[in-house]
Amino acid sequence: MFASRVPAASRCCLVPWRMWTKGESEGLQTLGIVVVVCSSLKLLHYLGLIDLSDDKIEDELEMTTVCHRPEGLEQLEAQTNFTKRELQVLYRGFKNECPSGVVNEETFKQIYAQFFPHGDASMYAHYLFNAFDTAQNGSVKFEDFVMALSILLRGTVHEKLRWTFNLYDINKDGYINKEEMMDIVKAIYDMMGKYTYPVLKEDAPRQHVEVFFQKMDKNKDGVVTLDEFIESCQEDDNIMRSLQLFENVM
Amino acid sequence: MAAGVAAWLPFARAAAIGWMPVANCPMPLAPTEKNKRQDELIILNVSGRRFQTWRTTLERYPDTLLGSTEKEFFFNEDTKEYFFDRDPEVFRCILNFYRTGKLHYPRYECISAYDEELAFYGILPEIIGDCCYEEYKDRKRENAERLMDDNDSENNQEGSMPSLSFRQTMWRAFENPHTSTLALVFYYVTGFFIAVSVITNVVETVPCGTVPGNKELPCGERYAVAFFCLDTACVMIFTVEYLLRLFAAPSRYRFIRSVMSIIDVVAIMPYYIGLVMTNNEDVSGAFVTLRVFRVFRIFKFSRHSQGLRILGYTLKSCASELGFLLFSLTMAIIIFATVMFYAEKGSSASKFTSIPASFWYTIVTMTTLGYGDMVPKTIAGKIFGSICSLSGVLVIALPVPVIVSNFSRIYHQNQRADKRRAQKKARLARIRVAKTGSSNAYLHSKRNGLLNEALELTGSTEDEQHMTKGTSLIESQHHHLLHCLEKTTNHEFIDEQLFEQNCMESSMQNYPSSRSPSLSSHHGLTTSCCSRRNKKTTHLPNSSVPATRLRSMQELSTIHIQCSEQPSLTTSRSSLNMKSDDGLRPNCKAAQITTAIISIPTPPALTPEGESRPPPSSPGHSTNISTTTTSNIVKVSAL
Repeated sequence: MFASRVPAASRCCLVPWRMWTKGESEGLQTLGIVVVVCSSLKLLHYLGLIDLSDDKIEDELEMTTVCHRPEGLEQLEAQTNFTKRELQVLYRGFKNECPSGVVNEETFKQIYAQFFPHGDASMYAHYLFNAFDTAQNGSVKFEDFVMALSILLRGTVHEKLRWTFNLYDINKDGYINKEEMMDIVKAIYDMMGKYTYPVLKEDAPRQHVEVFFQKMDKNKDGVVTLDEFIESCQEDDNIMRSLQLFENVM
Repeated sequence: MAAGVAAWLPFARAAAIGWMPVANCPMPLAPTEKNKRQDELIILNVSGRRFQTWRTTLERYPDTLLGSTEKEFFFNEDTKEYFFDRDPEVFRCILNFYRTGKLHYPRYECISAYDEELAFYGILPEIIGDCCYEEYKDRKRENAERLMDDNDSENNQEGSMPSLSFRQTMWRAFENPHTSTLALVFYYVTGFFIAVSVITNVVETVPCGTVPGNKELPCGERYAVAFFCLDTACVMIFTVEYLLRLFAAPSRYRFIRSVMSIIDVVAIMPYYIGLVMTNNEDVSGAFVTLRVFRVFRIFKFSRHSQGLRILGYTLKSCASELGFLLFSLTMAIIIFATVMFYAEKGSSASKFTSIPASFWYTIVTMTTLGYGDMVPKTIAGKIFGSICSLSGVLVIALPVPVIVSNFSRIYHQNQRADKRRAQKKARLARIRVAKTGSSNAYLHSKRNGLLNEALELTGSTEDEQHMTKGTSLIESQHHHLLHCLEKTTNHEFIDEQLFEQNCMESSMQNYPSSRSPSLSSHHGLTTSCCSRRNKKTTHLPNSSVPATRLRSMQELSTIHIQCSEQPSLTTSRSSLNMKSDDGLRPNCKAAQITTAIISIPTPPALTPEGESRPPPSSPGHSTNISTTTTSNIVKVSAL
């Protein structure tokens, strides 16, 4: 009685069980044979007799892709302002964090973030990494690292200021414009985190950048060149004094 | 060239004299050694254990740390040896590699520690000798599985994820139903409908009631409409679920190829095929067998049950053992079936009509089922039949322990992972405390630094020494760095509670009227905590001397403090260590200090406390202390 109400098309799903037609049993037979054949093929594949693999993601040992050795100790000593002992100390620390001999950006960010637990140091670490990575190839070798440190810790004022200009100049075009400065200052403010006194306002970075540009941009053309930068910094006693601050880091 | 034979090179070169008479052309010049050094003994001091070897031994592999000039970075001028601050046990294996050319993996060593050492010395793990390579690979695979499990659960349980798109939240909800209630509801609903669908399939075939004519009617016939509606509902739900998963999947191509999605498709296809089917008996007969596939819906349960997933993963990882089992069984079946067929060929009315027909007998006998529908009658047949059953037991019993051990290994790993996940909360809490400890240590030391400056002016030296005892050089340098950052941005780091209190006050200042109930509650809180504070004063032995000085300090500072009416909550615990409570009362109210002041009462009390209690750098303690200190001190000044 109810069968008539069921849509006709679906009636085949409810074919009476008594009428196990020949078609159905043959269908199941076909199915069974297909299963047996497939499993035997798979079996032969596992035994290595035939090769069916499309993309077998076996456990592939990751080869240490980059393994870099630095130049000799004597050459580095000649090229930088560090003594042998200081280079040894630096290298040991470097190798501890990066046994492969190069730092990539991720590791750099992680290391840097450990010093600034309050806020987010990743953006500033990114700019720092780009400044260290002179070859712009995404990895910092020990030589780059040590050259930059040599400038920063033992270099002349001129060299230090030039390095800082290079840091601020994000796109390395020789000019610092307001957007680049905003990015840098915002990154510095990000490191402070949320819990500050007084409370960080939204436009605090912008004001900071305005003050900076007023001081640095001599000819008021909206960008700061290297000479303007060096000249303005040399006029400011605070900056001059603070550049000498980290002389005795090693 | 293999390193071991390098020592034999002089011999091979000397033996080349044998070619000279035969050669027609002059020989090339021999390479000269540029800096001929006497081979010297090198001392390698690894964490105190001294290893000695020849320099040339190490130079056999110039692309490793020990073989290149990189080791000069570790040369100690004073002791004229190379000092490495690493594990001496593993170094033994590494030095043996230079000596023998074969790198071995010690079984007792942890795999990740070993890998780290290899990476440090610049040796690729691939050159591990054959004797130890299998063990190394196995351990590495286990470790990777364990790490993968950990990472998965970590990623799934990250509370504060950055803002995800709608699609990503959906995918996360699908993969881990415990993330939101909606996901949990969806999870249970789909589980329920899977169960309903499977039960429907089963019950459809049960005979219930008879129709006049004495024919048994299955329930599927009798209640055709009801079953059809149920089936439709289930398929609707499954289709919607599949489409939603397809939409939310991060990589649709990979999702379509995954096992679960194939099961989903196979589960709902029969219904749709049945819908578009015509009633043509011949064609429909073949396609109707597809309704058998409806039973695959039961595999959808594997999303809901971890045990099923473990079983599936076990089977996958034991695939080679299973393959061997099947292959050996197949071989034996074919052999015995052939033998039985020819043995029984002679007997009349034998059921062994062909070799494939004998397959059935062989399988039933080898797995010791023994239905008895086919029985050998000849003597030869009986003999071979018994051999068949005996060998069946043996062939099946062999690969089974391997599969079982695989399953038990994976199962135990999962148990460990579950236990780790359960303890994760406690672990994370401890890690968080350690982290805040480090950030609070800076705030804490800043107050110490202020106290230092103030005490210098009053000329007390002993307390200064107490102060500086706490911080090491590295700590003080780190704090100097943070201080420079503060100066750059003209903002200061403060404690979380103080920050929230400042926020509340600034908002209260803006909306005084609306906040009055909260103000009164603050008052109430302060009075209660100030009273509590009085009860909690601890008498510390050495605090009397600085306390007097403190009082004078406070008098100086109270003059400068602009007391605002708003009380501070955090000062309640401030004087836990204070003897001079009364002097603190004006400080208690000083929340907004605009002019430059120092109020430094609390830190000196910490120094005697520092002696009597564990060092202030312990994380739990520093949190406690910093809450007490940050309340009073807000800004540096020159007194």
